[in-house]
This record gives sequence, C-alpha cells and structure tokens, in this order.
Amino acid sequence: MSQAFRRAAGGRIDRSRTLNFHFDGRAFEAHPGDTLSSALLAHGVRVVARGPYTGRPRGTYGIGAEEPNAFVQVDSGPGEPMVRATTLEVYDGLVARSLAGRGELSDEPDHSRYDKTWAHCDVLVVGAGPAGLAAAHAAAVTGARVILADERPEPGGELLAGRAHLDGRPAMDWVRDVHARLTGLPEVRVLTRTTVTGFYDGNFLVAVQRRTDHLGADAPAHVARQRLWHIRAARVVLATGAHERPILFPDNDRPGIMLAAAAAGYAWRYGVLPGRRAVVAGAHDGALWAAVDLFDAGVELAAVLDVRRLPEGQVHRALRDRGVAVSAGHGVVGTDADADGVLEAAWVAPVDGSPRRVPCDLVATSGGWNPAVHLYSQAGGRPLWSADHAAFVPGDPVPAVSCVGAAAGTFGLADALAEGAEAGWQAGAGTHGGGGEEPLPPATDSVADAGAPAACWLTSDLRPDTVFVDLQRDATLHDVRRAVGAGMTSSEHVKRYTTAGTAADQGRTTGVTTVGVLAGLLGLPVGAVGTTTYRPPYTPISFGLLAGRDRGRLLDPERRTPMHERHEAADAVFENVGQWKRPWYYPRPGEDLDRAVERECRAAREGVAMMDVSTLGKISLSGPDVGEFLDRIYTNRFSTLKVGQCRYGVMCLADGMVFDDGVTARIAPDRWHLTTTTGNAAAVLDWLEEWLQTEWPSLRVSATSVTDQWAAVAVVGPGSREVLRRLAPSLDVSAPAFPFLSVRDATVAGIPARVFRISFTGELSYEINVPAWHGLALWDALLAQGITPYGTETMHVLRAEKGFIVAGQDTDGTVTPHDAGLGWAVSTAKHFIGSRSLARADTARADRKRLVGLLPADPSVVLAEGAQLVVDADAPTPVPMLGHVTSSYRSAALGRSFALALVAGGLTLRGETLYAVDAGRAQPVVVTEPVFYDPEGARRDG
Amino acid sequence: MADPRRSPLAHLAEPLAATGIMRELPYLSSFEVRGDPAEPAMARLGAALFPGPLLAASWPTAGHAAGTGPRYALWCGPGWYLLVDEPGSALAEAMADDLPGVSAVDVSAGRTVVELSGPHAREVLAHGCALDLHPRVFGPGSCARTNLAKAQVILHQTASTTYRVFVGASFADYLARWLLDAAVEYIRGEPVDQ
Repeated sequence: MSQAFRRAAGGRIDRSRTLNFHFDGRAFEAHPGDTLSSALLAHGVRVVARGPYTGRPRGTYGIGAEEPNAFVQVDSGPGEPMVRATTLEVYDGLVARSLAGRGELSDEPDHSRYDKTWAHCDVLVVGAGPAGLAAAHAAAVTGARVILADERPEPGGELLAGRAHLDGRPAMDWVRDVHARLTGLPEVRVLTRTTVTGFYDGNFLVAVQRRTDHLGADAPAHVARQRLWHIRAARVVLATGAHERPILFPDNDRPGIMLAAAAAGYAWRYGVLPGRRAVVAGAHDGALWAAVDLFDAGVELAAVLDVRRLPEGQVHRALRDRGVAVSAGHGVVGTDADADGVLEAAWVAPVDGSPRRVPCDLVATSGGWNPAVHLYSQAGGRPLWSADHAAFVPGDPVPAVSCVGAAAGTFGLADALAEGAEAGWQAGAGTHGGGGEEPLPPATDSVADAGAPAACWLTSDLRPDTVFVDLQRDATLHDVRRAVGAGMTSSEHVKRYTTAGTAADQGRTTGVTTVGVLAGLLGLPVGAVGTTTYRPPYTPISFGLLAGRDRGRLLDPERRTPMHERHEAADAVFENVGQWKRPWYYPRPGEDLDRAVERECRAAREGVAMMDVSTLGKISLSGPDVGEFLDRIYTNRFSTLKVGQCRYGVMCLADGMVFDDGVTARIAPDRWHLTTTTGNAAAVLDWLEEWLQTEWPSLRVSATSVTDQWAAVAVVGPGSREVLRRLAPSLDVSAPAFPFLSVRDATVAGIPARVFRISFTGELSYEINVPAWHGLALWDALLAQGITPYGTETMHVLRAEKGFIVAGQDTDGTVTPHDAGLGWAVSTAKHFIGSRSLARADTARADRKRLVGLLPADPSVVLAEGAQLVVDADAPTPVPMLGHVTSSYRSAALGRSFALALVAGGLTLRGETLYAVDAGRAQPVVVTEPVFYDPEGARRDG
Repeated sequence: MADPRRSPLAHLAEPLAATGIMRELPYLSSFEVRGDPAEPAMARLGAALFPGPLLAASWPTAGHAAGTGPRYALWCGPGWYLLVDEPGSALAEAMADDLPGVSAVDVSAGRTVVELSGPHAREVLAHGCALDLHPRVFGPGSCARTNLAKAQVILHQTASTTYRVFVGASFADYLARWLLDAAVEYIRGEPVDQ
C-alpha cells in the first residue's frame, strides 16, 4: 500500500530508510521514527481495534501513553500482548494485529534478557519536554547528580512537533543543544524510552527502560531487552506534561475521531495527515491552535467549533488569516459512519440549536488538558480542581517534589521553561550546594490566551448508550447514569460499577471527563466529586522484567557445599533443603530411590557409610557467660558441660514449643560450638542475637556464624572407628579415650580437623569438621577408603528408625519437648525460654498430641506423610481426627515399613489399631514406641 | 605437593577471568572480631595488629575500613569487625594472647572474595546492590554489609575502581554466576551457560 497520507516533507522520521511490517496480515512500509499508529495512518488505515463488548471499530485516538483504543498484539520477536500502537516503534519485520479487548500471552518461553539496576541521584527529572529539559539543565549546572527520564525515543516532549521557536531558532535546535550538554556532563544520565511507572515512599521511583524493542531482529542477543531502574532521588521534579481530554458526544468512538493536539502531532511530528477534511471541536485555546497546525499541514478545515463565546484573540486572528472562521458556542452532537464503521460526517450544532451535517474524515476534539498528576498523586499529593485551569492540578506540595510545566497546569511555553529552570536550580542547589551560574531559560514568543478554558464534558447526551466515557471498556454515559440511579455518588464506586477507567489505559483520556459527567449528574462541583486514586504502575510492566535475571538457575541462590562437584560426579539426585542443594540419594545404575536407600542404609548399619553434613548450621559462641546463656536458651543444662564434651539440646520459643535442636560442644572454657538444623541456621542465630541484644545485654557472649567455615562429613557405621583410626593415626579412637558425646581436635587425612563423636543414626559415628576449603580433600580421602556415600533420604530413614525427630518435620510449632518424647531433655531445676509456658495447664493436658511409632498392618505399605489418623475409618463425617503421620519410610533393617506420628493420647494408645487416611484410603496401623531399632542403644559404641 | 585446598570459585576461574572485570581472591585470612573498641584488650589487639603511631588501636568507624596494605579491618556493625589479611598470614598468632572481652573467630574458609575492577565494576555491582556506590558517597576505604543480588556480602572498595565482595563460601557459586550474567553487556561475548 502507498503512504497516501504521508506529507511530502517534515516530521522526525528518517525518510531515507524504509521499514517493512505487517499489520492484520497486510504488508506496509514505514520509516525509522514512525510508530505503528503513525505508519498506519500514513497508509490511511483507520481501524486498529474493536470495542471489546460492542465490537464497534475503533481507530487511533491519541499519540502517546494516553491511548485508549489502539492496543495491538505483537507477534514478532518475543511477542507481547496489548501494546499501544501509539508508542510502538516500527522495526523491520514487525508483525502486529488488532485486538478487541484482551491480548494473548505467548505459550513460548521468552528468551529475552531482562535487567534491573539501582541508581541514585540528587535530582530526578521525569519528562524531557521543555520544562523537564530546563529543570534538568538547571539542576545539572549546580554539579548535582541528575537523572532525566522520558518515555519517548528522544527528548523534546511537545516540542517534537517542531513548530515552536526558542531564542529565535527552531525549538528542536535548543532541545538538541541542551540534550548534548546534558549527555556531556559526567554526573547526568539521560534515559530515553524510559517510563517512570511508580513513585514509592522515600523518593524511591521505579522506571522501565525499553532498550532494544525498537531494533527488532537487529537487537543484540546479549543486550537486555528492558531494564528496570530502581531510582533513589533526593529531589524529584515532575515534568510529566498533560493528557488531552476529549469532549463527549453520541457516536464519539468512530475511527477518525481523535484528540485534537494528537491529530496535529501526527501531522508535524510524523509528517502524516490524520485526515484530509476535519471538524475541530474544543473548549480551550489549545484546540484552536491545533486547528491552525492542521490547516498549516494541509488539512482542510470543514468547521472549527468552540463551545466558548469569546472576543477575538490571537488564535482567532491566526485562523482568520488562514480564512477560517470559528463557530463560537458550537459543538459536535453526533457522527455518521460509512459501511465499515469509519467516520464520514459530523453533526455540528450551536448550543440548543439544530444540527447540520458536515462531511469529514477527521473529528479533532479537545476538552482541555489534564495535568499528568499520577506520580504526584502516588507520592502522596492530592490533586485539586482548579476552575481557572478547568482541570485537576497538583494541590499541596509534597516534600522534595516539584511539579513543573504542564504537569503543574502551566501550559504556556515561556512560563513552563521558567518554572522548570527554577525548580531544577532549587533542587540541584538544595542537594549539592550549588555552583555555576543559574541558567536563563530560552526566550520564547509570548502567546496571549484568547480566554480561559471551559469545563465542558459533553456537547450532547442524546442516545447515551453511544456516548462512550471509556473507549477501552466500552463504558457509556448510560452506564454512568445507571450507577447514579443505583445510588452511587463516589467516583470510586462509579469506576468499579461501570468499569470506566479500569482498562489498561487507566482512563487517562476520559477519567476526569467521567468525573465531570458524574458531577453534572449529581449536581455537585467537580472538585467535590474528585478523581479516583492513581496507583502504580503508570503503564503496565511485563512479568519478564519484574523477574529480571531472577529466573532459571538464578531464581534463588543455590547453596553448595565444598563437596558438591563430587556429588554431581556420583550422579547424586539432589533435593532442596532451604537454599541448599543436598544429595537426596546416590543411585547406582539401575537403582531407583528405594533400592538406593536400602543399599545406603545397609552400608551404614552393617559397614561404614558417610554423609556430607556441611549444611548443618554452626554458630561459634564465645565469652565467659556462654554457659549461663545456653542454660536460658536450651531446655536442658549446658553450663555443667566440660571442655571436650558435647550435649544434645532442645530450644523452645517463648510459647514452649520446640523451635530447633542440635548438638553443642564446649571447645574451650570460653568457646563453644553450637549446631542447628540445616533449615534453621539463620533463624537460630537471629534468635540468639535478639535475646543477647535486647534482653540480656549484660551477658558477655558473642555469636558468630561459622556454617560456611566448616565442611563436615558424618562417618557412620560399625566400621567407622577403623576408618578414623587409619586416617587419624595420632588420634586415640578407642571408646574410653574418645567416648560418645565428646569432641577432639585431630589431623584427619593430613587435614586439621575437629571430630565430634555424635550420632544421628544410632550407629557408632563421627562427624569430621574441617575448614571448608579442605572439604573436598576430606571427602576424597574418605571415598578412597571405599566408604558408601548416602543422602538425606537414608539419613531420614536411619534417624526415624531410632525415633530421632527432625524439628520442622515431626514438629510444627505446636509440639512441646514432652510431646516430642524429649521430656528427658527438659530441666525442671532452671528457667529457660519457654519454661513458664510448659507449666500451663494446656501444655500438661493428657490428650495432647504426642510422638508415637506406627507399624502399618501391611508391612509393604508406606504411609503418606500427613495422613490423618482416626479410630474408625467408617465413622460418619466429621470424623474425629487423632493426629497425623509426620515421617514414613521403608526400613531395610526392620524389613518392613514404619512411621512416626503425632497422636492425641500418645503412648496410652500403645498396641491400639488406628487408621491412617489419605486420598480416600484407610490403612490400619498399630501404635508403638517411636524407637524401632536398637532400643537399648547398644550400637552407639560400635 | 599441590595445594590440597579448593577455593569456592576455582571451577569458575576461567569465565571470571574472561570478563576482564572479575577474579576470585581465594584463601584470604579473615577473623570475625567482636569487642568494644574502648576496652583495653581491643586496644591492645589493635596495636598488635596495626603497629605504627597512626593506626595503633584505631578500629574502623561505621562504614569504613582501617589499616593499610593487605591487613585491614572492616566495620561490620557496632563492636563487630572483619579482620582481613593475605593468605596464610599470622593473624591467628595475634589472637592467641589473652584478650578478655574480645571474641575472634577464624572464618577464613567461610568466605571467598570476588574482586571487581575497572571502569565497569561499579555499574556491574549496581545491578544487584541497592547502595549508592558513587564516589561522592562510597569510595576507597568504604565498606558495607549489604545484599548483592540475593546473597549477603561485605562490600569493600579498595581503590578508585576496585571492589572486594566477601561472600559466604556456599553462596559463591550463585553469586559468581549472577555476576557473570550481570556483566554480559560490559564484555564481549555471550552469557555463560545457565
């Protein structure tokens, strides 16, 4: 197709190059600098979307982020649903299609790179229009660190249309000069294609930078497609401009109806005629100036309407010079469409007069400008209605935030430049102390207003179901009337009832207009109704960008032990324990989980096996009061522990419930080594610090995490003593010399080590700790002894056979030490955290759930962990539930399945049959003691 | 005899070097020291560690490092310091004295260090660190306990464009891969395989 509506010259497009793209299956051409909207308008394509509920054809309505109609689905590149055609830069190979309402998410994985970064500045200027550029420049010359962000591909804002002059030269020359000066300053960062989407507490702002979307297939693969900026700014200057709003009338949604300044913008910024014969209808001088711009671009003006009746002003003279008369007191009252639903005529009428039909292919409507107060509002400001502006403008100032230019309701170019420069200078000097000379804003021709803008919301309410107050939601005046009829008076309620303002465009063009209409229906002043709340994000953010590089392997830290690569080499299957990657089991060829675990268990019970236990939490405690401190932390006593000894301890929270357990050793009189469960390491350290810092600062104790300092291997089984004897020839490993629950420093396999004689399996075992960088060498030395490695599943089976709990698996925050069968570890001779709670009647109830063992009647059945336990599987619902299965495994040593459970009444039910119910199946089980293997503890000493 | 030790990032030495920005500084000696700097034992330890009229007994103030050359102390919190020295240093001997009220724990093997240097070092860090590292705010001799990506680190700027990132040994692989990814745009070549 030819670009029949492309002007012969002009616009900020590169006519020397041609880009090819497809829209709705048809091939088109564009030039670099075009948006999809401008390129389609250049070809005379009017229909770019359909109303989601009405199916009515819709055309491009605006020129930027305010667009309500022209959302398209992009199918090229990574694909993206619901992209504004007005801001979508055409690239070679772009494929897009029109939408009716929602777009579609692609099923394909998005391989684009997404980036995040943090940035800090003295002054953040949002918007690089004239006021923003003046502000950024004035701030920058003070030496302040400045970030200037603008959503468009290049700075200039409204000046991009190229018609204004500054200092007697084309305004874009000034823009280019200022931009060049800014980019040349070391402390200034200019971010284009960057939308500041959110303003949060503490002057923290979030911005989305589109970095390669406009490059299409030329985008380098290693460059992140988008970048999320987290910006902390001492001062913020909001130069966010304003959004044009329409005047409503019946059939105001036809393709060919546009905002007036947007229409003029296409003509001058993109060199595209938005139509050939226009009706311009407005309520402020800006609409009339848009008519001038359209005329100068070559658009025939069929009628220029102004709802106001004004004496002749500068803009009227400009139009009269062009042979155009303004119909004062006139507005559009309806439109006609051709067979395709595209505009072919407007009905225009004086107020309360009879309409006449004016054939046209463009209705350019403008009811005024709404300052873009979104970020100001997010920052905590409240926009107020200003009758002088006929708009909501920023109200009370927000600390460290300035609004300038159109965003503050300052629409004159000269005033906006002066306001921007002053705010930028103040912000820069206020944060950096100043320096340099305050720059003067460029001179501009003054334009006298012919008259104040009128607050005009609609020029006809006939056929209210065709007066669209929200084009993207197909919400109409009729809907607003129904809301009022239903008794609603709040703009928030009406928004939710009608859905007006809830679409992807957030009602940027018609939100205030809807408020005006509502105020009229309620007979209230507009300011008394007020706007709805502006919330981030200002424009949508893709999930890919929010994820950034936190996906795939980098989603969350994978903590690795020093022996990790040996586990990988042994084809271990890993499981996540907290952030750790731990070997779950080490299958040999042909083995499944059960077979591998059976083999590993047998090695530990009958020979020698080893496990990487480096992940255990380890805390070094030092100071003369550690013993006293541990007496308060643990339920049992530690101050009596002798140097070289270890003791198992249980700690409770203040409610008396089990929090964590582990073994603590006294290394020296004032130095202790405390271990925690793998998942609780950080929580326990926080817990200790909380008590030390807030409750017992007089205790001389310091706690240092040494989890990562020590690699540790548990060597387990009857053969473990012999292994240690070989690897640590200088260590006396005989039972009398190195008894159970003691610790020795030794050299193991040539490595300085600390060896604990403790056991989580019931077997003779040693936990050998070495500095982490020796972990791999230790593991290799043990492997060379032919020892079988085992993983967490085998560890669980072995400990459960002995009835050893895992805090967090067999406990859930409602279990006391007594409930868990650890009453032996609770001292009654001292106070500890939780001791008072354990004296409560509730914690002494006989029917509390307590730890028991379960033997399924069918020894081949492994119960589901979490299965509920009931007395009568056939009882009518609700079935009284006695408890649940907490751990369940198949035991090689027992030759059958077994389980641990928490059951009301505990061991008073010993020998009883209960039913474990899971997924509709009830399995009979017999309640037993929770210790299944070696109850005498004979194997501990080898 | 070959060094029997293995550093947490030995397996990523090549890709790190290929960036021209990063390398691991393995096996640095380090102790976490806790104690009130006003206490005589801390002053004695400071004097022993940092002999010389200027630095004697002066532990670093908040946000700073103290010391010159390879041996220095980083402020980690009130009465909490990370003492650093080159690999195999005799730090442990200095700690052996009777120092009432002082806790000194050898954590040399618990962390490794990724050093970032060159004109892009600050930018690479900014992708994952919320702190303001601008020279007006953070410069040589500054340090902070902070998060880099999702790892807790101690960040120490040692020169105008050189930073040391102290990271727990178990987090080092994650952090290095994250850094390699964050640095992709500052080097030639493609991202390392994830």
